[in-house]
Amino acid sequence: MKNDVIDRRTFLKGAVAGSAAAVIATLPQPAPAQQDAPAPAQQGTPAPAQRGAPAPASTSAGYSYLNLEEQAFVEALVDHMVPADELSPKGTDIGINIYIDRALAGGWGKGERLYMQGPWKLGVPSQGYQLPLTPADLYRAGIASANAHCVKTYGKSFAKITESQREEFLLGLQASKVTFENGPPARVFFTTMYQTVMEGMFSDPIYGGNRNKAGWKIIGFPGVIAVHYQNVEKFRDKKYTADPLSIADMS
Amino acid sequence: MATKMKEVDVVIVGLGWTGGILAKELTEAGLKVVALERGGMRSTANDYSVPQIRDELRYVQRHDLMQNTAKDTLTIRNNPSMEALPMRRLGSFLPGEAVGGAGVHWSGHTWRWTDMEFKVRSLYEERYGKNYIPADMTIQDWGITYAELEPYYDKFEYMAGVSGKAGNIRGQIQPGGNPFEAPRAREYPLPPLSTVLASQMFSEAAKNQGYHPFPRPSANASRAYTNPDGARFGACQYCGFCQRFGCEANAKGSPHITVIPIAMRNPNFELRTHAWVTKVVKDASGRRVTGVTYTNVLNGEEFEQPAAMVLLCAYAINNVHLMLLSGIGQPYDPVSQQGVIGKNYCYQTGAGANLFFEGRNFNPFISAGGTNATIDDFNLNWDFDRGRHGFVGGYTISSGFNSALPIGYRPVPSGTPSWGRAWKAATAKWYQTAMNIGSSGSVMANRYNYYDLDPTYRNAFGLPLMRMTFDYKENEHKMGRHAAQLVNDIAKSMNPTTFNPATARTEPWTVVPYQSTHNTGGTIMGTNPKNSAVNKYLQSWDCHNLFLIGANVFVHNAANNPTGPVGALAYWTADAIRNRYMKNPGPLVPA
Repeated sequence: MKNDVIDRRTFLKGAVAGSAAAVIATLPQPAPAQQDAPAPAQQGTPAPAQRGAPAPASTSAGYSYLNLEEQAFVEALVDHMVPADELSPKGTDIGINIYIDRALAGGWGKGERLYMQGPWKLGVPSQGYQLPLTPADLYRAGIASANAHCVKTYGKSFAKITESQREEFLLGLQASKVTFENGPPARVFFTTMYQTVMEGMFSDPIYGGNRNKAGWKIIGFPGVIAVHYQNVEKFRDKKYTADPLSIADMS
Repeated sequence: MATKMKEVDVVIVGLGWTGGILAKELTEAGLKVVALERGGMRSTANDYSVPQIRDELRYVQRHDLMQNTAKDTLTIRNNPSMEALPMRRLGSFLPGEAVGGAGVHWSGHTWRWTDMEFKVRSLYEERYGKNYIPADMTIQDWGITYAELEPYYDKFEYMAGVSGKAGNIRGQIQPGGNPFEAPRAREYPLPPLSTVLASQMFSEAAKNQGYHPFPRPSANASRAYTNPDGARFGACQYCGFCQRFGCEANAKGSPHITVIPIAMRNPNFELRTHAWVTKVVKDASGRRVTGVTYTNVLNGEEFEQPAAMVLLCAYAINNVHLMLLSGIGQPYDPVSQQGVIGKNYCYQTGAGANLFFEGRNFNPFISAGGTNATIDDFNLNWDFDRGRHGFVGGYTISSGFNSALPIGYRPVPSGTPSWGRAWKAATAKWYQTAMNIGSSGSVMANRYNYYDLDPTYRNAFGLPLMRMTFDYKENEHKMGRHAAQLVNDIAKSMNPTTFNPATARTEPWTVVPYQSTHNTGGTIMGTNPKNSAVNKYLQSWDCHNLFLIGANVFVHNAANNPTGPVGALAYWTADAIRNRYMKNPGPLVPA
């Protein structure tokens, strides 16, 4: 069954305008940070880009950060982790490689919000991430080390080895059986890599992955629809199905 | 050279829940108040509207509403023999930033802490003898009672629009509520949220085991609501985007839709955003503070804001940091156990099970911040005999969904591959047919869990980072084993198709992944200046015109979320300032 799809205008009318908007309407503009500072409104509401939100990623083809060797690695990786089957197209066909490229090219990849002052020590796992590398740096160094390992072990880079060799290599990386000589800790690289594959599969399509909401469709996640005041009882222990909606669909 | 501003009556550092409450109350009492907030302004209409707010990557994974660790963070270690290293990005806990603070992105769980916490040492010694509490467990009575705080809990709950079911109204046990709660004067302002299948199934199983499930009290308005101050709430939409997000429906009790707009309409109030306080200034005697210094982070200009009274209302961690940076009070030393600033840092603990039921439909994306059922049989229930198990404290057990967003939540049975066809098939099969049962446990204070200034690392202002030394001790491990067993017993009784059992924690506390933003202690309250930083009115023992408001005054950490007592203590302190301190400025409790 298809649920009522509520467009943005109707949603806002129902959820906000009738009830609580009055409070907001009377919210004064913030005072300036300093008594003589101009333009309090602008100062109080920095543009999304200044606040560090990633720029809306283009879903068009082409790479912004990854070099040729890295592109081949990432494409092989996402197609291995997310193979085509009856549940979804393969990773490159739902844009996970593009998501990863855009994430590394953007603020997060360049170390935004990452404390980057030394001294640098590895510490113990309970102390979290301690590398002097931004995520983009880590990806670059990690792919180089991974390919070096694959060449040494299998005679070819990751993109060119067989599916079963890829599986063996990735399982070794996950279990910390594979280590990198003179490179970043393999475990940390794996964690970051795996996290970005999952993000590329399940984040809003505005970031370049999850194309056609393929990741959401696998699990039945409805996306940003989410007006469930009645549904909480109506669909209790009943199958809820809806065409998922993304940010772009409602903008 | 800092520009000196005109003196005001009160300067508030940080404008979230506590700063907002104090700003409203004290401007209404006629005081001139300036609030300094290190972040910017945010509003529902401009920042939390659909569809942009429904973005898991931006708000959950990338921490858009949270403190920026590139500018300021902590260093972390598990014990004093380790070298602390900086928390380079957020993980285990998520302090908020900007107007509204963590009150914007919380889930709304609003509990009352009782004399079981406030009289912790007396109660355990009375029942189990003086030797029951381990020597390194630095718990003490808080110096306040539940009866004193009850009217202020009530005030906070009605202001924040809490949905719930009373379990004890003036001593009369109420069907459907928590029978172990302390007596309250009246019902919650709003009826409980609708239940979801997971909380219903858990409640039934818990009842069958003889426990007492009840709906979790939560500041998610179960229907449209106007609070006593006239602030209007929309009804909760069960949108599934609550924790880590601002609420587009204004259904979540938050300071930016309640106390802060009221303060901002008062001509006695001035807010300065992007104002980063670097120090509280003492006078020559060291017995009074004269104001604060701050930097405008938009241009680097430095200012001094003189004030007759200084209220630290930042996140609990940052309040303690500011005290250490300002050199007010004696820093705590775990070896000599002298000093009080930094003492008794506490956290929380927990364990959970995932249960998988073929053929059921949990619709995990249909949820509010507080669509949980909870049992308090091993927490507020004093008949539960801890002596048989050898621990101090307690834990709750709950079920229901707070968040099931798919980057972070995709439960599969243990042993499922992490990628490939089998992973995809399992993810598809179980996303909507799984539920969880979780426990949340107290952490008792320990001599070796504390804060001080880091000797090496510095923040964006060149100031030392604060160093957090923390690990779980044997007391928490004993309780964790008990909790995991109970969770698994309830889970098994529900006959799931399969389940991933809860396991008691044995590893050290780690700074990743997310656990809870319930960091307490560091400037604790107490009965005298030797064992505490502030008195029962949250007034500094050292400087009587300095008040520290937040979970930083908690002597230890209970099983329940801390915002209820934080809000109640903010109103309690406001009353003490209005009714007593303003008439006769000086220590409200003799030292």
